[in-house]
Amino acid sequence: MNLSLSDEQEFLREAARGALSRFDTIAAAREALEGGELPDLWPTASEAGWAGLLVCEEHGGAGLHPFDAMLVLVECGRVLAPVPLIGHLPASWLLDRGGYADIEAVASGAKRAVLVPAQPPSDLSDLWTWEAEAGKARVPAGDTTQVAHWVVDAPGAEVFVVVGPGGAVSVVEGASVESAARYDATRSLGHVSLVGGTSTRLDVDPADAANAWHLAQTLIAAESVGTVETCLEMAVAYAKERFTFGRAIGSYQAMKHQLVEILRVLENSRSLLYYAGWAGESKPEEFALAASAARSVSGRALDSATRINIAVHGGIGATWEHDGPLFFRRAQLSRRLLGGTGAATDRVAGELLSSAGA
Amino acid sequence: MDLNDTPEQAAYRIQVREWLGEHREEAPPLRAPEGDEEAYLAARRTWQGKLAEGGLAGVVWPKELGGQGLGPIEQVIVNQEIGDAGVPGILDVIGVGMLGPTLIAHGSDEQKNRHLGPMLHGDEVWCQLFSEPAAGSDLAGVQSRAKLGDDGRWTLNGQKVWTTNAQFSSYGLLLARTDADVPKHKGLSMFIVDMNAPGVTTRGLRQISGEAEFNEVFFDDVVLEGDAVVGGVGNGWGTALTTLMFERLTIGLGSEGLGYRADRFAAPIAADPNARVDPDVRKRLGEIAADLLALRFTAYRTLTALQGGQIPGPESALAKVTTVNAAIAATDLIADVVGPEALDESSEWAYAISFLPGLKSAGGTEEILRNTVGERVLGLPPEPRLDKGIPFSELRAKERSATA
Ligand SMILES: Cc1cc2nc3c(=O)[nH]c(=O)nc-3n(C[C@H](O)[C@H](O)[C@H](O)COP(=O)(O)OP(=O)(O)OC[C@H]3O[C@@H](n4cnc5c(N)ncnc54)[C@H](O)[C@@H]3O)c2cc1C
Repeated sequence: MNLSLSDEQEFLREAARGALSRFDTIAAAREALEGGELPDLWPTASEAGWAGLLVCEEHGGAGLHPFDAMLVLVECGRVLAPVPLIGHLPASWLLDRGGYADIEAVASGAKRAVLVPAQPPSDLSDLWTWEAEAGKARVPAGDTTQVAHWVVDAPGAEVFVVVGPGGAVSVVEGASVESAARYDATRSLGHVSLVGGTSTRLDVDPADAANAWHLAQTLIAAESVGTVETCLEMAVAYAKERFTFGRAIGSYQAMKHQLVEILRVLENSRSLLYYAGWAGESKPEEFALAASAARSVSGRALDSATRINIAVHGGIGATWEHDGPLFFRRAQLSRRLLGGTGAATDRVAGELLSSAGA
Repeated sequence: MDLNDTPEQAAYRIQVREWLGEHREEAPPLRAPEGDEEAYLAARRTWQGKLAEGGLAGVVWPKELGGQGLGPIEQVIVNQEIGDAGVPGILDVIGVGMLGPTLIAHGSDEQKNRHLGPMLHGDEVWCQLFSEPAAGSDLAGVQSRAKLGDDGRWTLNGQKVWTTNAQFSSYGLLLARTDADVPKHKGLSMFIVDMNAPGVTTRGLRQISGEAEFNEVFFDDVVLEGDAVVGGVGNGWGTALTTLMFERLTIGLGSEGLGYRADRFAAPIAADPNARVDPDVRKRLGEIAADLLALRFTAYRTLTALQGGQIPGPESALAKVTTVNAAIAATDLIADVVGPEALDESSEWAYAISFLPGLKSAGGTEEILRNTVGERVLGLPPEPRLDKGIPFSELRAKERSATA
């Protein structure tokens, strides 16, 4: 038993931190709320090899595992870096498994992919209609809008990996995306219309369609862990330098205990990244449970950490100029994406109840 | 990252499993049969002795002191295999897990040779005589007084409280004040006390459940030999910190050993067809279970650190807080689902429901843990203190005038 990071993993993490430090992503996050341009981090991501992290080496990737990807996402989350990996990585993983012809372009980052996911188990049931050959959208039976909403990292993607009923996966090129960036301007979001796109069936096991969803859950969980880390650092630093009634506010238990609470939920979240990483690599039958637990705990941590950080800063924490609210915006939106934290929590219960009932 | 056994660990696991397979029949049941406590205790001691013979107790103790000289991972392997075999582990967790290691770290050769063997084999159970009516969180405020006589022997007077297992212990490790004229952390010494010595009186204290697992212990002119001091006169605080470190490790790594596991808590809910599909129940269960699953991997992280010779990080200190609160929330949810029957003495859950409020305090309260982690790990400034640098004798007078 050994949970320490390998030298390669330490290096991956350090390199990610270094690469992202060349951009002032946090200032950009604020400016983007008022229409400013976000830095394009995709060239950096491609150069660093993140685009092909989960693609096997024969296909031009690094052949690494979910936990390695999580390490990169933690670093992105720390600085609110808009790197579209939550959409790309699970998509690239499915494409690789399904023998997608142009996989090397996906692995190199020349072609960006995005997962248009379906949430298992219910969204993989036959209640969904899917007419892959006709290139129609994945829609619930009876729905005629033919648009997949709030797809993470859809804007700018070329290859849409679309999960349909029964876990059938199709590759759609030429879909159209209406950008849907909202409350947190660093989060790339889009409503995807597949009408008019060309679609090919991807030959993957339906279980892998579900695993792509769980993989996305672990990545957003990892990103949250990074965001919580920064909130804790900001809040602790301020608690040491702000004085009231003749002493640092961090010496008051009411403050100290809240800061320790961030640390507690952060460490619990981090432990679950290890669980998800281990299950993803070596214990597939527990991946749904582990990924859902990681998402659930880190989602709750994200909420409490961003709020406590604002509260510890008092009035200044509630201002436009302060960084705290940018992290708060990230938390508010993240917690509602990819099924939301509530669904992940319910999934944890569901997994346990079904194995207890078995 | 690798959770699998190394080939050596796998071989060790097989060896442990085989031993347990051969001796399982000799083990007592997991819980005492009604009204048979004495005989059950005797059986548990005998079983601890067998575990020690088989090398399944004191796994991390050095070889020359009767242990196996192995690491924390091997200890966990033993715990897992004992759990899977459905047999009880050792009786004296406090002795073997906390007090023995303290003796190993600070005791004299004579003390180690005399005491560690009988402790390990369950022949002599030990108790932790630290807390007092006026010194729990503020442990350095102990008032039990040991005075050195001209003959080189000590005379002990005072009272301890909340002492788990004192009712059947042979020895206790006791923190006493030996100098009241210096600041409170400085005038303390640690002693080995014979619980059967004249002047020692143990009285059971009934707990919420009605059972008496802890006690108050009185010392009236109890005579201690000069060689009863552990770790040197005046060094009691440092010695106590060693014990407390082992205590937090035992509790932090032990949530699964206490039975606080997600799958176990899910079982009664799974059995209720309405609860299974109730969104509120599922939300509560999901949150609790996710926390408990995190603890399992927190324990692995702690083990990884220990194995690498590092001190475990903040995650293990905070594991106790998560353990207790998750277990409270879980038993509360189960009682909501099962109804009043969950509170009946015969229910699987009644003992935990009554035990958990106290577990919030045992081994350091949540507030004290948060203070410690906030200061040691996050580097936040301590609160102003009124007891710094003041001789203990004056401190008491100050406190009295403050409350007068
Ligand atoms: C089941 C059980 C078994 C035990 N077994 C043993 C044993 O075997 N041996 C032994 O020596 N002891 C034992 N204890 C005692 C245990 O260690 C103490 O109860 C614990 O340290 C708290 O001390 P106290 O009871 O004096 O409470 P106090 O210290 O009086 O605390 C009362 C309340 O005040 C709060 N408080 C105190 N100081 C502060 C502060 N600075 N900041 C914020 N809040 C504060 C505490 O958090 C608590 O909520 C056991 C306790 C229990 C419940």
